[in-house]
Amino acid sequence: MFSFCSDPSVLDGWRWFACYLTNGKHLTAYLSFGTVMALLAITAPTALLFGFGGAVAARSSFGPLRWFGKGYTSIVRGVPDIVFFLFFVIALDQGFEWLRHQALCPDWTDPIRQGNDFIVCPEAKLPQSSAPQWVHELYGFFLAVLTFAIVFGAFASNVLFGAMAAVPQAQLETAAAYGMTPRQTFRRILVPQMWVYALPGLSNLWMILVKATPLLFLLGVEDIVYWARELGGTKGSVFAYPHPDWRIWYFTALLVFYLGLTSVSERVLARLQRRLSHGQATAAGESQRREVVA
Amino acid sequence: MSCWDTLMDYGLRSIGIGERLLPRSDFTLCQQVVLIGSGTIWNIYFAIVALLLGFFLATALALGKASPNAFLRKPSEWFIYLFRGSPLFIQFFFAYELFVQLPRNGIDINLGFVELTAQTRWLTKAWAGATIVLFLNTSAYAAEIFYGALRAIPKGDLEAADAYGFTGWAKFRRITWPTMLRLAWPAYTNEAIFLTHATTLVFFSGFPAWQQRGDALYYANYFADKTFNPFVPYPIVAVYFILISLFIIWGFGRVNQHLNRHMPGQKRRTKMRVPLMR
Repeated sequence: MFSFCSDPSVLDGWRWFACYLTNGKHLTAYLSFGTVMALLAITAPTALLFGFGGAVAARSSFGPLRWFGKGYTSIVRGVPDIVFFLFFVIALDQGFEWLRHQALCPDWTDPIRQGNDFIVCPEAKLPQSSAPQWVHELYGFFLAVLTFAIVFGAFASNVLFGAMAAVPQAQLETAAAYGMTPRQTFRRILVPQMWVYALPGLSNLWMILVKATPLLFLLGVEDIVYWARELGGTKGSVFAYPHPDWRIWYFTALLVFYLGLTSVSERVLARLQRRLSHGQATAAGESQRREVVA
Repeated sequence: MSCWDTLMDYGLRSIGIGERLLPRSDFTLCQQVVLIGSGTIWNIYFAIVALLLGFFLATALALGKASPNAFLRKPSEWFIYLFRGSPLFIQFFFAYELFVQLPRNGIDINLGFVELTAQTRWLTKAWAGATIVLFLNTSAYAAEIFYGALRAIPKGDLEAADAYGFTGWAKFRRITWPTMLRLAWPAYTNEAIFLTHATTLVFFSGFPAWQQRGDALYYANYFADKTFNPFVPYPIVAVYFILISLFIIWGFGRVNQHLNRHMPGQKRRTKMRVPLMR
């Protein structure tokens, strides 16, 4: 990075650290913070979408759809989420390969499960064995995002289902009295009003999602936990920058990062709650109105 | 080999009793059920120890956070913030690295008249190190719950206690504490279930499984890796955890009944919803 970094063995003090912290591996590691942020940025809306779908399904008057929605909501009850994380990644991978196998190799006669092996035809492999490394990494990341979205979608579905039930019945009855169809009532009355009831639950969910991101490491993505172990250990940089076991310092940095992330989130969500409560017929909205009047 | 033999061989495998070698091929359903069940012994152990110890620290922290004295309040606030604001996963890694850094031969403590050697090796083992992390973590979450309950105690109750001449310890023991527990109990039930679920992280983060003595998820992952079939071992784990969760709900429900026994209209069973998040 810097001009004086050509021979690390003669450096000392801050120059050594300046070079050490900007070597190639560290720059890659800094990018992995981006991986975490990308995961959050993609997963949160996707999970919200899944949750919305689940909540609407659970409210449906059509039996099978309602059972599906309720079932989806309750898959997360009583079972540790990490079990789902480990399960879904491998199950989704096999599911995709099986679907492609059915589509691409119709005349393949061997069974897919042979004893302890799962064998699909070479064309159905995901990603293709000839694909470059970044495709493999991207596919792994995609599986992780989908897994997070499915699990957190179930959480979100439960929150949104509760929020929809919390919208005062009188609002919906008034809408019906004005001649709105159920579809119109849903779009114009129910959905705009439910957010204020959903926000505490969704805030809580966001905090859990933030704190679940290190689990990416278990799903095989090279995230910040992976790099903290890799860079802090003595093996990773034994040639250019020998140092003792510094993993504890790397994990301290991660702790600080997560504490910062959660406290920023807390502040933003508190402001959002204030904004959403404005003008609502709730205790928070009423106290805001009084403040203005007083 | 019958299922009974498997149970004899592997029933207590996770705590080092029975057959040493794990099955390597031709896995039967019975082996999976027995070994994963054996692993849940660890989960139950972690949960019970952490919850029992955490209950007391949480009460202390909640009182500290509610204290008008800044020397008590600030440390409690920081402790709760630190453990609730960071992922448990990172806490495990951090604690493991911290315990590894401790001197291998123990720490010599000189008390002037006698020299003690504090052994530190056992801290890097999961049974102690992970329990400490879980204990501190659940203390922070439970303290926040208790603190909320402490602030929600009806002021009439406290005034009535004053009017009857209750002060100090007697007031806390007879009035404040039982009311706090009564109000906090449903949320504390959630916390207990979540802590139990969190015990599955132990052998995946930091603390290595010694001689393949792992928890339920450790063995489930072992089978899923070997058979490349996630559809058997993970549902087995799920069933075990659902059973444990139901047991917690039942046990905590009994306590809840006891705490609410004087309340009017509480004769029927209080409706306890299975929690979704903490």
